[in-house]
Amino acid sequence: MRQHLQYTDNGKLRHFLSIEGLKKETLQQILSTADKFTQFGQRDIKKLPLLRGHTVVNLFFENSSRTRTTFEIAAKRLSADVINLNPGTSSTSKGETLLDTVNILEAMHTDLFVIRHAKSGVAELIARHVPDHVHIINAGDGQHAHPTQAMLDMFTIRQYKSTFNELRVAIVGDILHSRVARSQIHALNTLGVHEIRVVAPNSLLPSQIERLGVHAYNDLQQGLEGVDVVMMLRLQKERMQNAYIPSEQEYFNLYGLTTESLAAAAEDAIIMHPGPINRGLEISSVVADGPRSVILPQVTNGIAVRMAVMAMVLGGEGNG
Amino acid sequence: MAELMNIHIQGGRVIDPANNIDRVEDLYVANGNIIASGDAPDGFTADKIIDATNQIVCPGLVDLSARMREPGQEYKATLKSECAAAIAGGITTSCCPPDTTPIIDTPAMANMLTHRGREIGLTHILPLGALTNALGGKTLSDMHALHRAGCVAFSNANHAITNTMVMRRAMEYASSFDLLLILHANDPWLSDNGCMHEGEISTRLGLAGIPEAAETVIVARDLALIEQTGVRAHFARLSSARSVDLIVQARKRGLKVTADVAIHHLHLTEYDVSDFNTLCRVIPPLRSERDRDHLRTAVEQGDIQAICSDHQPHERDAKLAAFSEAEPGISGLETLLPLGLKLVHEGVMDLNTLVTRLSSGPAALLGIKAGSLSAGCLADICIFDPHEEWLLDSAKLLSKGHNTPFKHWPLKGRVNTTLLAGNIVYSRV
Repeated sequence: MRQHLQYTDNGKLRHFLSIEGLKKETLQQILSTADKFTQFGQRDIKKLPLLRGHTVVNLFFENSSRTRTTFEIAAKRLSADVINLNPGTSSTSKGETLLDTVNILEAMHTDLFVIRHAKSGVAELIARHVPDHVHIINAGDGQHAHPTQAMLDMFTIRQYKSTFNELRVAIVGDILHSRVARSQIHALNTLGVHEIRVVAPNSLLPSQIERLGVHAYNDLQQGLEGVDVVMMLRLQKERMQNAYIPSEQEYFNLYGLTTESLAAAAEDAIIMHPGPINRGLEISSVVADGPRSVILPQVTNGIAVRMAVMAMVLGGEGNG
Repeated sequence: MAELMNIHIQGGRVIDPANNIDRVEDLYVANGNIIASGDAPDGFTADKIIDATNQIVCPGLVDLSARMREPGQEYKATLKSECAAAIAGGITTSCCPPDTTPIIDTPAMANMLTHRGREIGLTHILPLGALTNALGGKTLSDMHALHRAGCVAFSNANHAITNTMVMRRAMEYASSFDLLLILHANDPWLSDNGCMHEGEISTRLGLAGIPEAAETVIVARDLALIEQTGVRAHFARLSSARSVDLIVQARKRGLKVTADVAIHHLHLTEYDVSDFNTLCRVIPPLRSERDRDHLRTAVEQGDIQAICSDHQPHERDAKLAAFSEAEPGISGLETLLPLGLKLVHEGVMDLNTLVTRLSSGPAALLGIKAGSLSAGCLADICIFDPHEEWLLDSAKLLSKGHNTPFKHWPLKGRVNTTLLAGNIVYSRV
């Protein structure tokens, strides 16, 4: 069902909504296409004419300057016309107005919508209601999926590690509320890593998370033992109010990534974080800014990966 | 009301669980009542003969929960549209939860609803009175007066009574007059902002889950209070196996508690939500396959005494939203019997058991005179063909709510004729 929604009848990537349901070859194509675009990014003139004449609308019902900016840069480097819209969430939480917004923009001949929304499933809802020639890229929906983030993470891992097959990866933090973690888990599993661990207190682990193909750890030291990649998650400060965890101090003491806790990981382990970082809450500055941190390369890679996804969805690029 | 005809229902297989009858025989209706079965009474001449050969003749169905949306939400449906849908589904008695606008917490509201029901004259409308004023969970409604105005039972609809002392007093008070309470087991703290069963699928979809404990915690709490107060109580719309177990244990200890389940909980599970299908957003949520199978067994064995439609018609936009924002509920009047028959065809239960759970079972727990084909009873009768195969087309539902996840399901069995108090109120042919 979900696979069906993301591909056209002849197997071309039509929408990019969630990693779940995508074929391994598609993920590999995104990575290799992004490789090519990375090389362009290092040139003086960074524009490619691939999407000239196409209109891309960044429809961000939920605010995000970082993700929106990288999508905007990605679209502009491909020569698309880009419009940024931030309709807010309050007036469009009902389906009628949500789809109305999309219909109106579609009537203006939009080719691609990049959609972020605070509710899970909105990208899929819209994808079900647009005509065949309109494409949707999910830029984060509720706690469900953030597939371009996961792909830029995969791209970054591949820059530092030779193969996915032997990797042990730990995802640490608020798994329960994280769309990033869910997409990372699907991407890592599809690409065939050796082991995925999630590390958090049980109050931040969703029900039956093991069914997604991960091992759950409550203890950070055990969870990090021998891992090659550490993927940290942002902890929202309001989690304290809702009794998910007792306090910032206790959380940092138990789950904060520090030089000491990192000692359990493999010597060449890389540290990732989707940002924005809470320094001193989930990660110490020493680690975040340290030699094993690849947090800034992640941001840079976001552009090439988003270019790749846009090109594949809109054009013939890399589809087969 | 139009002049009542003498009706001869000929050659059908009569299933009347209240009288342990399951045989081919004729029924005779006069003056709105069933007057005899088998041979025609002396001097009976039929104005109308209904040929029921190869069909089932059973009591009109008794539905413990149907939201008709009137008054207050006529943009979703009206009493008239939904009564027409009910009889097309063979339902002749519909209990209406009190969460209308205004709420049914005054005798005037109860009177208004029963009056409107009679005026329409298609199905018996039985209001459920609000257990607390404005469903606020704080002060008790005038239960006795509401009962006299026609409320057959008392419910706080889906509004939780979080104050256990209020719940205890409500039970004590209701027990003084032998009034029936219909309880919805849901702990709002545990449900929080959840919109589906907490489990693998909610984790995959990133949707806030409603844990099973949101139901079992309150079932356990209320059973303790029922045991202490001795009130007559009924648990509505159970969704989990463990709730059923708690109730079975309580019944073994001698508590007179009953329970029902919505028909969709006997067919669907959390997996049906997998593609954010808002048509499958219901309260309580669809749970695991294990829960569904356990509920099926409980219905078959009589640990659950009734199956209801839990009918909740919606306008299109109500479901055209993000899953968590979509309004919960399924338009269920016209699929209650066919989906029940699906259980029979699948071998989950026999036809007699199904008819019991849809008619005499709910009538008995409500303590109303319905769900029986005894001579002298009101002629509320459902005649259906158990073999007719058809595909559900949601656009063709008589209900104004076309929100059904069962569209395109192959169904077997369909109502042909419905009688209400001796009137042929529905006839498909």
